Amino acid sequence: MAEKILEVSNLSVSYQERRKTPFEKKKSIQILKELTFSMERGEILGLVGESGSGKTTLARAILGMIPYEGEIVKAVSSPQMVFQDPYGSLNPARRVGWILEEPLRLRGKMDAPQRKERVVSMLQRVGLDEKFADRYPRELSGGQRQRVCIAAALMLEPGLLIADEPVSALDVTIQAQILELFERIHSEMNLSVLFISHDLRVVYQMCDRVLIMKGGQIVESGPVEEVYFHHRHEYTGSLLSAAGIVV
Amino acid sequence: MAVNVNRKKNYNLILGGGLTGVIMLFILIGIFYTPYDPDAMNAADKFAGVSIRHLMGCDNFGRDVFSRVLEGSRTTWLVAAGTVFIGTFFGVILGALTGYYGGIVDEILMRVNDAVFAFPSILLALTFISISGSGRYQVVIALGIAFIPSFARIVRGEFIKCKNMDYVKNARLQGAGDFRIMFVHILPNTLTVLLSAVMIGFNNAVLAEAGMSFLGIGVQPPDASLGRMLAEAQSYLFRAPAYAVFPGVVIILMVLGFSLLGDGLKNE
Repeated sequence: MAEKILEVSNLSVSYQERRKTPFEKKKSIQILKELTFSMERGEILGLVGESGSGKTTLARAILGMIPYEGEIVKAVSSPQMVFQDPYGSLNPARRVGWILEEPLRLRGKMDAPQRKERVVSMLQRVGLDEKFADRYPRELSGGQRQRVCIAAALMLEPGLLIADEPVSALDVTIQAQILELFERIHSEMNLSVLFISHDLRVVYQMCDRVLIMKGGQIVESGPVEEVYFHHRHEYTGSLLSAAGIVV
Repeated sequence: MAVNVNRKKNYNLILGGGLTGVIMLFILIGIFYTPYDPDAMNAADKFAGVSIRHLMGCDNFGRDVFSRVLEGSRTTWLVAAGTVFIGTFFGVILGALTGYYGGIVDEILMRVNDAVFAFPSILLALTFISISGSGRYQVVIALGIAFIPSFARIVRGEFIKCKNMDYVKNARLQGAGDFRIMFVHILPNTLTVLLSAVMIGFNNAVLAEAGMSFLGIGVQPPDASLGRMLAEAQSYLFRAPAYAVFPGVVIILMVLGFSLLGDGLKNE
């Protein structure tokens, strides 16, 4: 049995609604309702659900960006994230080389030439020329930006990578290239990926196991083949037929 | 690489840069050389007109106006630069902290900011001067404080816009601290907006200094300042018009040059 890299038990996240008057009672809205699941090292776990089902909230809770109740046990020190929008996730005032060096600078274990070397090798790993280090993000296309984002997330060799709809903002041909890159990096670095998507076709292509989320709960989970071909929950069925996948 | 083939020439930048350059050159020359001692009086040349000997004529004490304009524009420029420096420095710190952290401290500081902002800068500086006494350093501090709110507000707005961007979240995930995020990640993104604010602020500072010196609460005699010269010249407007015209023209050129430069840089 492979080692567990992430164990989530009874995870709930709720959010306080803003009161209109001080006399109203505080209302809290539960976004995630007692989620329990785990992830193994080296696996690509798909997380599927409609908008507002709590996928991104789950990712942010795992990364410790928001307060939560319940227990999250991570076997890795600093999981990293690739965001949906490649236009917002790179600092527009800094060059690509600087952006990639920053995580290493923050660790402070390498000197400048070593960092430069790592940046060049990482750029090549994600399929970019070393000349890109001197460019500003605005000079890159969406696909190139997303490659830089992936490179930045991998600089610290995170072990666990959370990809929040990493290809939704890209057009179809570029999507295929980025997915290919994910698969290659996954096998090369023995990386575990939590792959959030609303695109069931992409998930089928990429993932080993899949969680189906609806309204803050996991309604179905299991190996991709099983969930796709022998779904037990009607919501999964409606998602599949909405995506045009006939089983 | 020429990307825009039909791109218009940026005349604002050229003209503004040229004007500012010429003024700066004069100020630099004035540090090392003036045709006459700016404070030397010469009764024989009292109210002398424009001539080769006195390029801008002489004032009521027979002092060479050209030499005094050189010295006065230096004073005015330095006061304006000092003012903008103080305003920007503290404005950036205040704006960054309030914009980034938000919350109750932000509310309190910004209401204080609004209160300071509500007073005309001259009035505020006047109050300060009446407590501290007048002089060029007091003017710099007084105007500097009066200029902080406008910079703080601009920087705060930019920080609020930037702090929820994904690249900031990313930096936090990578382990960057609050101060590093504020001043290394976000601040460079505010520079374009800040630069045009500095340009406008500089102009306002030139005018404010001239205004204060004109009112007699700025730079004190015998130090020359463009505003002071205007104030002194107004009594002799008909006997020696050159005395009033030249300092006025220099103020206009200084402000115009900087406005155009700021505009030009914004469009670049």
